[in-house]
Amino acid sequence: MKKEKSIPGPVQKAGTRPTRMGTWSTAKPVLKGKCSFCLFCWIFCPEGAIIQDEANRRVRFDFEDCKGCGICVRECPTKAIEMVETEGNNQ
Amino acid sequence: MTARMPVKKYITANEAVAQAAKLARVDVVAAYPITPQTSIVEKIAQYIANGEMDADYLKVESEHSALTACMGARMAGVRAFTSTSSQGLEYMHEMLAYVAGGRYPLVLVNVCRSVALPWSIWGDQQDAIQQRDTGWIQIFTETGQEALDMVLQAYRIAEDHRVLLPVMVCLDAFIQSHTEELIEIPDQKTVDSFLPPYDAVVTLDVDNPYSISVGGFGQQYAHWRAEQQEATEKAQQIILEVGDEFARIFGRHYGGLIEQYRCDGAEALLVAMGACTGTARDVVDEMRDEGKAVGLVKVRAYRPFPVASLRKAISLAKAAAVLDRDCSWGYEGALATDLKGALYGLPNPPAVLNFIGGLGGADVPPERIKYMLEKALAAKRGDTPHLEFIDR
Repeated sequence: MKKEKSIPGPVQKAGTRPTRMGTWSTAKPVLKGKCSFCLFCWIFCPEGAIIQDEANRRVRFDFEDCKGCGICVRECPTKAIEMVETEGNNQ
Repeated sequence: MTARMPVKKYITANEAVAQAAKLARVDVVAAYPITPQTSIVEKIAQYIANGEMDADYLKVESEHSALTACMGARMAGVRAFTSTSSQGLEYMHEMLAYVAGGRYPLVLVNVCRSVALPWSIWGDQQDAIQQRDTGWIQIFTETGQEALDMVLQAYRIAEDHRVLLPVMVCLDAFIQSHTEELIEIPDQKTVDSFLPPYDAVVTLDVDNPYSISVGGFGQQYAHWRAEQQEATEKAQQIILEVGDEFARIFGRHYGGLIEQYRCDGAEALLVAMGACTGTARDVVDEMRDEGKAVGLVKVRAYRPFPVASLRKAISLAKAAAVLDRDCSWGYEGALATDLKGALYGLPNPPAVLNFIGGLGGADVPPERIKYMLEKALAAKRGDTPHLEFIDR
């Protein structure tokens, strides 16, 4: 549990999340084409699951937080991302 | 001259509770008036208006808002107080669970009154019992003095970092709330030495930000709920510790989780909560004088339910007469069910006879208590459960 032991009840350090959305997902985004690093996906992702890989000028995905909604696929102007079905739980 | 001297006054339990809130140096009071609680919040408003009490009184539009405002005050790191009865407590229901789950150490005084319908402003304990599973520590009191003393103790119990749960101090409508008795009001300095300022673990603080009252589901939700259960169980020990410390400082001891009155060698015990235990003491004395082996077990802490203490107190008797001023419709009185659960696993346990009475302000006179104890004396271990509405 990612929680300071001395704090009782549903309280988290600000900026952390109590639950990981990756346990919900039945599909995951995969970068198949050329990422232009425009970061539209990063802006639209509701879970903050897009990781900026500055060195390689491309995005990556945090599957602990990605709930598999596919918004990144829809927003990507270069159609570089595809959703791939999974068995569930991308973590 | 006035330094460390308690004063004695003829006041109602409601006024005693208002005095307790003042002595507890409560910072925020948010409440909505309802019979028979009204005179508590009237008195507090008066203390604040005439400068005797330094607190913010929030006039809110409902009990739901009253409890929510108190929760907000707790988030901000100050001490808060509210009080209600009956329909008002029911209106708080959603927030009661919220406050307990959020681990906010509030203190609420509930003046126990029946719930509608049939409409009644008179006393029974249905309102408090219906909130049993919201996660509050519930303590039932017998006298105005005990109500005052328990409000002070309730803040210590609630705010203990091993507990951090809200406490509901219950007193009975009219029999306590509107009846004057000689009550010792402790002096402020002694109360201050017993009850230090609230030391919040987490508050709304921009320099040290936390997400407070966050959501969680699945394993995370279960984890927090399991912690809540552990803290509520742990509270049994804290209630005892605080009660002992209170007795050392103020000289009044109430027995902790339960009080056993003349239980030595008793064959039949009356198990009850609240003001009617006062009458029961006299009945027990009379019946003991007649040579009948009876005793009284007064349940003070209803949640956490003192399973171990009750098992020990009841196991040697052959029968327990449980008086419930409430009913879990379709089953029986709630205290009776809980007591039976506490006795589970004992070989050949005492019979449990459940009497439902004192509903809607009906008196529980000595004759009725004697009737229940006589029935219990006539019972034997292994008897089938008995349920009886004594007033119909």
